[in-house]
Amino acid sequence: MNSLTLNRVIDTAFKYVGFLCTLSALGILAIFIINIASEGLSRIDWQFITSLPSRKAEKAGILTAWTGTAWILGLTATISIPLGISAGIYLEEYGKKNRLASIIGVNIANLAGVPSIIYGLLGLEIFGRLFNLGGSLLAGSFTLALLILPIIIVATREALKAVPKTLREASFGLGATKWQTTWHQVLPAGAGGILTGIILALSRVVGETAPLIVIGALAYVPFVPSSPMDEFTVMPMQIFNWISRPQHEFLVNGAAAIIILLLITFIMNGIAIYLRNKWQKKINW
Amino acid sequence: MKRKTTERIIEGGLAFSGAFTIVVTLGIIWVLFSESVNFFKEVSIVDFLTDTEWTPLFTQKHYGILPLLTGTLLTTLIAIGTAMPVGLIIAIYLSEYAPKNFRSRVKPVMEVLAAIPTVVYGFFALTVVTPFLQSFIPGVETFNALSAGLVMGIMIVPMISSLSEDALFAVPKSLREASYGMGATRFQTSFKVIVPAASSGILVSMILAIGRAIGETMVVAVAAGQQPLFTFDPRQGIETITAYIVQVSLGDVQHGSLEYNTIFAAGITLFIFTFILNHISYWLKKRFHEKYE
Repeated sequence: MNSLTLNRVIDTAFKYVGFLCTLSALGILAIFIINIASEGLSRIDWQFITSLPSRKAEKAGILTAWTGTAWILGLTATISIPLGISAGIYLEEYGKKNRLASIIGVNIANLAGVPSIIYGLLGLEIFGRLFNLGGSLLAGSFTLALLILPIIIVATREALKAVPKTLREASFGLGATKWQTTWHQVLPAGAGGILTGIILALSRVVGETAPLIVIGALAYVPFVPSSPMDEFTVMPMQIFNWISRPQHEFLVNGAAAIIILLLITFIMNGIAIYLRNKWQKKINW
Repeated sequence: MKRKTTERIIEGGLAFSGAFTIVVTLGIIWVLFSESVNFFKEVSIVDFLTDTEWTPLFTQKHYGILPLLTGTLLTTLIAIGTAMPVGLIIAIYLSEYAPKNFRSRVKPVMEVLAAIPTVVYGFFALTVVTPFLQSFIPGVETFNALSAGLVMGIMIVPMISSLSEDALFAVPKSLREASYGMGATRFQTSFKVIVPAASSGILVSMILAIGRAIGETMVVAVAAGQQPLFTFDPRQGIETITAYIVQVSLGDVQHGSLEYNTIFAAGITLFIFTFILNHISYWLKKRFHEKYE
């Protein structure tokens, strides 16, 4: 075999290796979903969704878990979205060249890489003890809001960056102020991208477990939370609690809860991907 | 005049939101530092760094971070050892070989893989991968570093492949064309031209992946065990820094006690590692962007 054919063979071989690697990543995802579905699908019924947790596996349900997740999602969104979008606007529209903005930029890149469990330690001391919120919904939401803040800021910046300069110049030319331009022109034009980023960030909130364990969220909560000061559990915590037990019945409960958790994350990600594609087509100005 | 004041107030508010992120960082550093100081008043830093036993929750107490560090290092090594080659091959395949419509179909699926909550990956490690490993490797315990590391690797693949692919994609077309013009195959072009040109971007993806693996909590908390052993045997149960923090948080530990302070000492160790990695990757990314702009 001369070197020319050898090179061709290597080239073709790599093509198949690459294809196989990609397929196996997708294959693992498939095994994964099939395994969980076969374990847990038969366990899901109306009783499972509307029951309180219980020591008996067959009686236990996820009512407190999904209501807790809904509370956390709502509160975290309320706290983090205004803050994140404002910071993104400042960095992209106002402080492009100044020193403060560049320090904030480095800082955000760093914050995005801080492990989530460290945010848990922060929340435990600041919100749990200093603000005396304990293991309440509010303490959990503040903690997770800080965790997703960098994601929302970066998404806002990217979305605003994609808005063409001409739009701003036209607005300024008509005598609009900086804020009028930002509020009436730039933000609406970038809204699709910002929304995509927010949904992705919130889908992360739904799956986050570690920081909530650290601030002291409980695995066993026998009531549905009714105010932000209540103690709570969330879907992933309930799953963690169930799959840490040796009995197989609880593992089945865990698998069933995982199916519902995955459904929520997939729907949120699906909406985000759909919005992004739609928005990307629209912004070919 | 009035409008000008409004504008000022709004800009001030926006700047405050931006500056708030600095407060978060300072808050993290302050919390970790102040609680760790209490810890190091009781335990000497030499013991902390050299003792090979970590038993703060037992009667015979030892405070050596080394077992937690080796546990973290072991799972991270296994994860990166799996994810780096696979992720890079997928990135090269998608960027240089795959037909366009295949690529546009695979990418969303990869995003789905990246969006799965980590506790779910823990379930996967415990119920699928561990029994599978036990079927052909003797001596694999129910909780072990190998299974947790491998699953963490699978979890990180989408991150490496998507970041590396962005880097490969950013390499100017002219470089590819020049290489093809000289008669090189796609394989030669990929590995001798494109990958070296994109090396800093690929390095960034690897550093970020290491940071992610070091800080990963739920997979190891579910599947790797809670035994802080000073070992590099991947078949055994170990304990990572993150899993230890979870273990203490789940238990009933009095605030202000030495046990309570240990999670902050463990936390600051973790934070220092990720802080360094984050800054290296930020610096590399900046250099890399300047090169092509």
